[in-house]
Formats: sequence, structure tokens, C-alpha cells
Amino acid sequence: MDWVFITATLVAAIRAGTPLLYATIGEIFAERAGILNLGVEGMMLMGAVSGFVVGMKTGNPWMGALAAMFIGGLLSLVHAFVSITLRGDQVVSGLALTLLGSGLSALIGKPYVGVPGVRFEAVKIPLLADIPVLGPVLFNHDPLVYFSFLLFPLAGFYIYKTRPGLHLRAVGEDPATADAAGINVFRLRYLYTFIGGMLAGLGGATISLAYTPGWIEGMTAGRGWIAVGLVIFAFWDPWRAAVGSYLFGGINSLQFGLQTKGVTIPVYFLQMMPYLFTILVLIFATGERVRRRMGAPAALGIPYVRGER
Amino acid sequence: MEGEARRVAVEMRNIVKRFPGVLANDHVNFSAYEGEIHALLGENGAGKTTLMNILSGLYRPEEGEIYLYGKKVSFSSPRDAFAHGVGMVHQHFKLVDTHTVTENIILGLDKPRFILNLAEAEEDIQRLEEQYGLKVDPRAYIWQLSLGEQQRVEILKALYRGARILIMDEPTAVLTPQEVDELFVTLRRMVSEGHTIIFISHKLDEVLEIADRITILRKGRVVGTVDAKMATKKELARMMVGREVLFHIEKEALEPGAPVLEVTDVHALSDRGVPALKGVSFQVREREILGVAGVSGNGQSELAEVITGLRESTRGQVRVGGQDLTNRGPRAFIDAGVSHVPEDRVHVGIVPSLHLTGNLFLKAYRGLPGFFLNWRDLRERAKQLLQRFDVSAPSPDVEARTLSGGNIQKLILAREFSSQPNAVIAVHPTQGLDVGATEAVRQRLLEQRSQGAGILLISEDLDEVRALSDRIIVMYEGEIMGEVPPDAPIEEIGLLMAGTRLEDART
Amino acid sequence: MTVQEMEARSRRFPWRIRVEERLVRPRWVNVVVPVASIVLGLITGALLIWANGVNPFVAYKAMAVGAFGSKYALGETLVKTIPLILAALGVSIAFRMQLWNIGAEGQLHMGAIAAGGVALFLPQRIPGIPPWGWIAIITAVGFIAGALWALIPGALKAYLNVNEIITTLMLNYVAILWLDYVVNVPWKDPASLGFPLTAIFPKELWLPKTPGLFFLTPRHRVHLGLVFGIVAAILLYIFVTRSKWGFEVEVIGRNQKAARYAGMTIARNILIVMAISGGLAGIAGMAEVTGIIHRLQHQISPGYGYTAIIIAWLAKLHPIAILLVAFLFGALLVAGDQLQISMGLPMAISFILQGLILFFVLGGEILSYYTVRVERR
Repeated sequence: MDWVFITATLVAAIRAGTPLLYATIGEIFAERAGILNLGVEGMMLMGAVSGFVVGMKTGNPWMGALAAMFIGGLLSLVHAFVSITLRGDQVVSGLALTLLGSGLSALIGKPYVGVPGVRFEAVKIPLLADIPVLGPVLFNHDPLVYFSFLLFPLAGFYIYKTRPGLHLRAVGEDPATADAAGINVFRLRYLYTFIGGMLAGLGGATISLAYTPGWIEGMTAGRGWIAVGLVIFAFWDPWRAAVGSYLFGGINSLQFGLQTKGVTIPVYFLQMMPYLFTILVLIFATGERVRRRMGAPAALGIPYVRGER
Repeated sequence: MEGEARRVAVEMRNIVKRFPGVLANDHVNFSAYEGEIHALLGENGAGKTTLMNILSGLYRPEEGEIYLYGKKVSFSSPRDAFAHGVGMVHQHFKLVDTHTVTENIILGLDKPRFILNLAEAEEDIQRLEEQYGLKVDPRAYIWQLSLGEQQRVEILKALYRGARILIMDEPTAVLTPQEVDELFVTLRRMVSEGHTIIFISHKLDEVLEIADRITILRKGRVVGTVDAKMATKKELARMMVGREVLFHIEKEALEPGAPVLEVTDVHALSDRGVPALKGVSFQVREREILGVAGVSGNGQSELAEVITGLRESTRGQVRVGGQDLTNRGPRAFIDAGVSHVPEDRVHVGIVPSLHLTGNLFLKAYRGLPGFFLNWRDLRERAKQLLQRFDVSAPSPDVEARTLSGGNIQKLILAREFSSQPNAVIAVHPTQGLDVGATEAVRQRLLEQRSQGAGILLISEDLDEVRALSDRIIVMYEGEIMGEVPPDAPIEEIGLLMAGTRLEDART
Repeated sequence: MTVQEMEARSRRFPWRIRVEERLVRPRWVNVVVPVASIVLGLITGALLIWANGVNPFVAYKAMAVGAFGSKYALGETLVKTIPLILAALGVSIAFRMQLWNIGAEGQLHMGAIAAGGVALFLPQRIPGIPPWGWIAIITAVGFIAGALWALIPGALKAYLNVNEIITTLMLNYVAILWLDYVVNVPWKDPASLGFPLTAIFPKELWLPKTPGLFFLTPRHRVHLGLVFGIVAAILLYIFVTRSKWGFEVEVIGRNQKAARYAGMTIARNILIVMAISGGLAGIAGMAEVTGIIHRLQHQISPGYGYTAIIIAWLAKLHPIAILLVAFLFGALLVAGDQLQISMGLPMAISFILQGLILFFVLGGEILSYYTVRVERR
């Protein structure tokens, strides 16, 4: 067993999976509340570019991360307004946002392509990082990764074991009932869409400030879309989202790993793997949903119309 | 409770509520005493539910005031109303299917503060269950429960929130006669504990049985308030509808012919994967109406789907006109002359955003010659159909969803009956329709019967089933409990609906 | 809450937004909304341009001149319009059935790759076919390649109910990577000095120009794709509005349950529609590489497949309207080129404008279904 290779792959899997994990958890929150946000890719790109630029200008990657979250959240509010208050078509709104995000990020980022900026440095946790295999895999990462380690269990706990989590689930499953129970459906949907946007922005910043520091146009390469697919694979559950994200991270890193191992498949096919894998994952997840009779939050994507008050 | 000074629990003065195009409540005055069961009677669309939605905080009135126990109140939300002790059990339960009973009961409350402690809530719920005699498992998921049990959850929800005034909207629509009796026992118990119950219904017999006083609404206005002990059914009906209502339907006696539909030992699963039909067998012959009685949810929907090709059967045979069409899909059934008046008028029976012409030729388009459709021609034919079937619409170009419920059903009948079917499967055809539309639908069904079709009528309205059918079968939990003639005693039919087999019911 | 409390609240925030469903959908909305959206989009775009230090009026004038100002400009606009028409027609038929085919870009690429494969290797092997024969073959090949690429997500949707938005999108990335692969590895032109290009296609496989365009300069580049596009639009219009198949597509798109109840076969229709949708996009790709680029290279499309989605939406899926809207967007693209060349503004502005217009269209759509009023409490 080539432990060095395995360890390196696992480390790479986690690092590559982290941006996906942020975006996926964000989307889980939004979808659990019933809002389908297809603008994740655009928000990630805007998060990436704004995180990078702010980080570079302030010399502080933390400021960059915060800016990314803010920008992502702001964009999501546009989607929220169109989807919730105006009851517009959520698919088109998300697409429009992605287009806008792609264009805007390219525009804003143009002067910064190839410019060196700041990055999050890896923080080695003493003692724990020296454990063979597990050490470097879990305890030698940058702060954004550590934060994500905390995020998904907390998200899981929040959704299933707390009162606000119960309300969140109700809003996405049966908004009429939630409304009748006195829950403010509109407010909660805005809130969770915003959280989704913030996390998507943060996911983008993870790419430009930690994973492949710097800015290149379109650097998310479709990861926002993969996140939307992962949400289905995860059954809207943060723990499964983590599994899915790291799996992806692994596939992604496998490209590089295989190259170093001298595997002669042209690099282009290796680069196709994440996308093909997403399709496979979706097939599997959709089939499982039918068999297990589980489904998306029942009110996903459907605007809530309430009789007047 | 004669001669006792009773507090007025609820008083609604001069309530006005408008919706786009409709004046739902027109200066309504309503009051109920503490400790009474007060019924709100009226047809569909009379404004009863709207009025109570205002009382329960879901809607806000344009004008008018509400007083609870003498104090003026104004609700901005259902939560507000609950805080004042008003709770509503809706006709269409407001329960989250995928959550448990406990989760549903505590939804929207401020306690528990953050972390869900379901155990404590469960204890409280058990205590309430004992106090009022309502049995249901707090850990069960809503989708696992029967409709009667779900209703108990709704009542518990209101009681858990401390509701003193309970509004029940058409509570008996989904219950067997036995469950109705149980509910009435529960209601009387609650009233004796000081609660006030407002009971919305359009069923005269029940209202006379359970209520102390009855307020009748018609077209958004109060017609009158009467003492239940002194009212008669005929008087109530007249106040409800505004004219003499005949309770008898004219039906000519006909000799049934050859079987058009033969169902043999059919088994099928529901959407949940649970057996919904467990060996159902019957025949429908030419010139007869076979009524299927039974509470919704006992396999009737699945049965209708199997015999129209919309659902797979796992065992058994379905023959139409002698041809074996088992599991051949909806098209085969349509081609064999089977018409289907579906349960879900709006989402299955029509394409809401499509014009009337398209809806009228939704099935027939295929049989027209050639590859192209001559819309101008079809439009003319559509106009004639609309007229023939008395569908009130400005033109065949309007979207189907602009029609009222009654007209939508007439549109569906126009489509289904104009093809002169051999067999008609009609599922809850008059549900939610006003008296005029109901009469029209029933007439059309009898018309088809006279023209030689065999009709399977699935309906929850026992009166309707008894009035229209030549024979009645009763379904319970996916099986046929027995066949009875339409004039069989209602207690017998009630027993069959509740699960007793015919042989046992007659001993 | 007591009445006093409620009144106090009103005083602090006296307005509220009230969204009410309209009873009648006005017809004028179908034209006014798209037009207003474009205008609003241009205005917002002007602000962006201004923020980039360029006078928006100068910029827009340059754009107008660049797109329509001369015969040559008009020709170039038509050139960009062609793939937009074809791809948008493809997208529109899928959307009509509520199939969200976001994969036009990938289907376009596959059409191009397949056409390239035929062009580079078949003429030597099968001599003696007249040029129009090759045109027919290559058009068919482009259609089939695009159709097959769309049938993958189509079949997944039809039989396994897999979400087509993500599958079509994922295949976009795969198709683009595939193109990269062929121009960098197996089909790379040894004479190209290391650039990712294939050899130039043989002359028989160059899509000829559309004849009879007298109003353009004699050296225009408007190829037969224009004819394909217009014919496709007309055919699609006829079939969608008058054929039985078109009726089925309408019904399935509007209400699948009712369609099933009426005896229509859903799965088969999904496959047919996706095939046509992908096929049209495939022809767009084929036409672009045989009519304009005459070879395969790393970038063959500035996002035609995505712009097509906006066009289809703006045109409300109406095939004839698509012709007009595509022309407008072709002009936008050419104008964007102008902006980049003459004013140094990035191409990204074009995408931003498109996104903005789509948003405004969405907002306008909503206005047609609802009245939105800001009113005093």
C-alpha cells in the first residue's frame, strides 16, 4: 500500500472538496426552505473574485473571505426578491444570476488575472498533525477547511435537532402549514437563501484564497453546478453532503495523482471525470430516492402564494 | 343549559371580506356562547370557511370587529388567534406529511426554546389524549395515519395551544359513520369542559344532530340563526339554497345489458408501496350505474386508476367489452371507449393554461385524420359542444382555469361524453360543486346510462350513491365488503364502510 | 396584537408591497415586456460602461455602427445571428415541453466535432461525391451528433427522471473538453506550429454562402446556415402550432399529469424533443465550423448556447420571434467585439448585459401574471 500516495490523495480530496462543501451546504439550506437557487455558480465566481480582490487590497485573507460572503449574500437577495416576493420562475432567475455573475466577475477580475495576492496558510495542529496518515489528512489545513469541518456537523444538528431547524424543514415541505402555524415563511426563505448565498460566496473565496490562490476568469469551472447536483446526492443532508464533496474532491485530485503516477490517459479525459461523475451520482441518487421513497422538500421551487391577510 | 346566564364567547360584527372578483363575507354578524356547539351551515362558497379563517387569524377583514369574551381583539396572524384561545381544525389538514405527530403539534410554538426535546412534548400530548379521549401515536409520521387519526392530531394541536374556542371545518367529510359518532362524543366532552365549538358543515343531518344553534349563510350573507331543536331539515335546506330542494332524483328503470367492464381479482399497490387493492372483483353492465361507497382512502383512487390504465396492477385482470386490457396503459382504455371523469378535476382533468378547444379535444385529437389539426374547424365544434353541455364561457379561446369549478366539470363531461363511451368511470364527480352544477352532473350521468353506457360511480356522498346507483359495492381497505341494493338500510352500509363484511353485518 | 399596536406599526412603515394575481392576462405584455427589458438592460449596461470610464453614449454609438452601420457590419451581424437562431430554436422546443435543456452549448460543440471529423477524414476516402452531397452529409452528421448528445440526458430524464438541468450542463463541460482533446491531440494540424488547431477543411466541405444577399458587400461571410435557420424556424412554427405532435408537446409541457391521463406517451416525446433540440444546436455548431472557421480550434463559440437560452425566453419560445431576437443579440455580440477592439472594454460586458436583460424579462414576466402595487396601509 503506497501510504504516501493515499495520504496525498486524501489531503488533496479534502482541500478540493471544501469549496464544494460550502456551496453544497449553502444550497441545502436554501432548498430545505423551498428555494431552488441555480445561481450558485455565479455567486461562487463573485465570491472568488471579490474575496481575492479585497484580500489583496487589504492584505488580509480574512477580510477577503468576509467580503466574499457579503457579496454572495447580496446576490442571493436579488434571487430571493425575484423568487419569493415577485414569485418569478426560480430556474430562470438562477440562470440569469449565473450569467450575470460570470460576466461581472470576469469584468471585475480582469485587471487581477495572474496578479499575486494573499492566501490562507495551512495551520498545523501540534501533536495531532503528527499522527500517521490521519494527521496530515485532518489536522494540517488552512482555516477555511477547519471551519468547514465544523460547519457540516453543526448544520446537521441545526436542521434535525433544533426548533428553528424544524421550522426550516416545515417551510420547505409544506409552507401553507408552516404559515398557518404562525411561521413567517417569507422571512425564513429570505434568510436561508441569504445564508446559501453567503456560503456559496465563501466557497468561491476558498478557491481563490486557499485552493488555487489567485484569480482566473471562470475559475470555479462549474463547481457551483456540481454543488447543485451534490445536494440531490446528499438527500439534503449535511453529513452526506460532506461525503459527496470529499468524494468529488477525490475525483478531482485523482486527475493530478494519476498523471504523476504516469497514467497515460490524456489529461482532457481526466478533467472530464468530475462532470461525468456528477451525472452518475445523480442517476444513483434519483434511483435511490424512488426506492427509498424520499424526496426533495415537497415545496421546492414552488413560490408560496398565500390568501391575503 | 336552559335559563343559565351564559357568556358570549365569540362575537363577530359587520364583517366584510373581499377577494378579487368576489365578496366572500357581506356584513356578517355572528355570535356563539361559551359551552355551545354552534353550526355554520351553507353551501360551498357561502362564505363559512372565509368567515372562520378571519376568526382564526388567517385572513384580515376589510371591515368589521371581533370580540372574544366581551373584549375587542384584532388578529394579525393565526399565532395571534391562538394566543387568544382560538384554534381551527381545517378541512384540508394543515399537517406536514413527512414529520411526526409531535413535531406537527409543536410546530410554530416558542417552546422548546432551541434544542428539540420531543420527549417532554410527548408526555404533554399523552396527557391531553387521555383527558379528551383522543388516541394517536405521537411518534407516528403523518403519512402513516388514517384521515380520522390525522384529524385527532389537528384537534390535539389546537388543544395543546390552549384553544378554548375550536372551529371545525367540515370535519366529517373524511370519517366513517362510526368515526363521526366518536367525534361527536369528543365534541360533547369538550363542550362540557367549557370549550366553545363552531362546526362548519353542509350536511343537514349531522348539523341537526350535534349542534345547539345553527347559523345559515348564503352567498356571503347571514340568512338566519335557529335553535337546532326546533329546526327541520326542509327549513334549513330552504334557507341554505333559497328555494325548495328536492331530495329525490328521477331515475328510470332500465334492464342492464352485457358487461362492459369486468374486474377480476385485481391487486395493486399505492404510491407508498403498500397494497391498496387486495383482490377486487366486480362487473359493470350496460345501462347500469354501479356505485362504490366508502370513505376516501380505502383504495377507490387506486381502483379508478387501474381501470383507466393509469396505474399498474400486480395481479388480476381488467376486461373492457370482452377485451383484456390489463396494464395496457391509458391510451388502450381510451381507445376502447372508457371515459374517465377524474378525481382531480383541475390538475388531471384539464390543462389549466390551455384554451377550451384544446381541452375538449384532449383525447379526441388523435383520432382525427392526418398529421395536422384544423384548429378553426375544431374551434367551431368546440363552440357547439360548449353549448350542448351548458358550459358557461365567453369563448372557446379562454384558458380552462378561468372557469368556475362547476363549469370545469361540465367541460370535462362535454369531452368525455361526446365520444359516446361504453364505460364511464366517474370519481367524486360532484365534489365541491354547487347545487346547480351537481344536478347537471347527475343528469348527465343518468343520460349516459340511458344511452347504454355502464357507469362506475365512486363517491363519498352516500346520498348521491344511493340515489344514482342501481347496485352498490362498498370498499374498505382495498377489499369489497359486499354488494347491497341502493335502498339497503344505512346502518348496514355504514358497517360495511367501517370494515364489517356483509355476511357478518347481517347476522 | 391590539388595534393600537397595529396602528402604531403602520405609522412606522406605511407602505407595503402587494402582489395580486391578475384575472386577465393582457396581450400587449408579450411585446412590451421584452422590449422594455432590453431597454432597461441597455440603460443598466450604460451605467456599467460609464463606471468603467467610458462615455456610454459613445460606446453605444460605436456598438450601433459596429452592428448596423455599414453593409459589411450588417453582414457580420448576420453571421453571428445564424448560430443563435439555430441554437435558440433548439432550446425553445425543449423549453416548450418544460425540458430545461441548458446543454445547447455542448450539443453545438458535438455537432462541430462530428462535422470536423467528417470533413478532415472522409473526402479522401470517399471521392466522387458532389459538393452538395457533402453539404447534405455534413448537415445530417451535425444534427445527429447534437441529437445524440442531447439524448443522453433525455433518456436519463425519460426513464430515470434524472434532473436534466444538471445533466445537460455537465455534458457542456465534457463536450468542450472533448473539443480541446481533438484539437490538441489526435487531429492537431502538424503545420499549425503548436497551436490547438486542426487542418483547414477541404473546400468541398466549406458551407457555401447564402445566395442573393444583394444588400450586403460581395465579400460577406453569411453562409447557408441562414437559410437552414429560417427554414427551421418556419417548419418548427408550423409543426408546433398545427400538428398533432405539436399539440402533444404543448400539453405535456403544460401539465404532464393531464397528458398522461389523455393517453399521451411522455417518455417517447421527451426523446423526440431532446433529439430535435440537440440536433438543431448541432447544426449550429456544424455551420459555424464549416461556414466561418473552416477548421476546428480551441474556441468555436462565445457562449452561443447560453445566449440562445435568453433569446428563446425573450422570444417567448415563438419560432418567428426568435429570428428577430436572435438578430438583435447577434448585433449585441458584434457590437461587443467593437467595444473591445475600439474601446478596450472587456467582452464580459456582453454577458453582463445578457444576464441583466434576462432578469428584466423575468421581472416583466411576473408583471404579466400579477399586479404589483406599492400601497399605503
